[in-house]
Amino acid sequence: MERTTIDLWVGAFVALGLAAIFGLALKVGNLTSSNIGETYTVTAAFENIGGLKPHAPVKSAGVVIGRVDGIVFDSKDYEAKVTIKLDKRYKFPTDTFANIYTAGLLGEQYIGLEAGGEEAQLKNGDKISHTQDAVVLEKLISQFLYSKASDNKSSDSTKATE
Amino acid sequence: MLKGFPGTLAGLGHRTIEGIWRIGAGARLFFYIWYYLLESFKRPRLIVREIFATGVLSLLIILVSAFFVGMVLGLQGYNTLQKYGSSEAIGVLVALSLVRELGPVVTALLFAGRAGTAITAEIGLMKATEQLSAMEMMAVSPVARVIAPRFWAGVISMPILAALFSMVGVLGGYFVAVPIIGVDAGAFWSQMQASVDFRDDIVNGVIKSLVFGVVCTMIALFEGYDAPPTAEGVSRATTRTVVNSSLAVLGLDFILTAFMIGA
Repeated sequence: MERTTIDLWVGAFVALGLAAIFGLALKVGNLTSSNIGETYTVTAAFENIGGLKPHAPVKSAGVVIGRVDGIVFDSKDYEAKVTIKLDKRYKFPTDTFANIYTAGLLGEQYIGLEAGGEEAQLKNGDKISHTQDAVVLEKLISQFLYSKASDNKSSDSTKATE
Repeated sequence: MLKGFPGTLAGLGHRTIEGIWRIGAGARLFFYIWYYLLESFKRPRLIVREIFATGVLSLLIILVSAFFVGMVLGLQGYNTLQKYGSSEAIGVLVALSLVRELGPVVTALLFAGRAGTAITAEIGLMKATEQLSAMEMMAVSPVARVIAPRFWAGVISMPILAALFSMVGVLGGYFVAVPIIGVDAGAFWSQMQASVDFRDDIVNGVIKSLVFGVVCTMIALFEGYDAPPTAEGVSRATTRTVVNSSLAVLGLDFILTAFMIGA
């Protein structure tokens, strides 16, 4: 087949385009950083997940070890059932504690795992029973105000007895 | 005032019927192109030549404007972000706006202006000089020989151009943010990688550019094929290509974004 300069140009053009897509995927996107290989799935029930979303990171000691796979509402217990995919390399005891934290003051929410002391390890399909809900700012403020008010009242009553 | 009214009404009706007729004819042309799918890929040389004309020759304008768009995004983004003390997020801003929106959309608009007009004028002139009728006389289908290769070339070129636009735009943003303004290079890239998702952002951008490629090329081809075979007709068709492509791209972009973000 006879080759022309146009073929060369078009070949270079297509190669450039593929390089750009690879560059976007590897340098700009998260194709390299999210390479969690083999995973196993565990679930956790929360009374309130706050702003947790699917694909949110799961961290332990600050290291990303998994992702939130799905969140569904369980109408039997009125709880949020969160499915978590964890990297197979990392094993956790069955009494692991799952908390929902916020990265920074306005950052995204993630699940933090704190290992317990149990010998048995979490297996695929297990449920993490120790969970702590997301902090809801309104609740926190109302608790604070309430305790402040009751403090005042008790100090008033102690004054009255004096 | 009433005197001109029946004329206006008739003109409105005429335009509506004309518009519907053109949509139908365009759809027919679209199906013809698919009908000649095998035939046009049997002659890859024709497609390669058209990729050269539409894709390779558009490279310069695409790459230069991408670099400038990226630099402007970097400057503007930094200006606003530093007020909130988060100038490191500049990489995220530049990359997300380019990959999701500006890459596909601006590429499609430039493509309509650079390559779409060329296609329309070429085909319109072929029709005006009766080259298309001559082909039919020789039992060569103009759709298979002239229209279909240009269509596939446009559909192939657009995602490549859009990906290059996004990549060069990010480099432009990097050029402004890191060496000129002094944002930390590590923070620039790592924050970008943490928030740009491959499937949600990059693949969706490629899908958008594919759709724009089909729409822009199709409009350019149809306007050329449908142009009245006169000098004035070709010039009007060329104008219509730019106007209709731009409107279609911007309108479709909204619909596609609504689908992608809503999902």
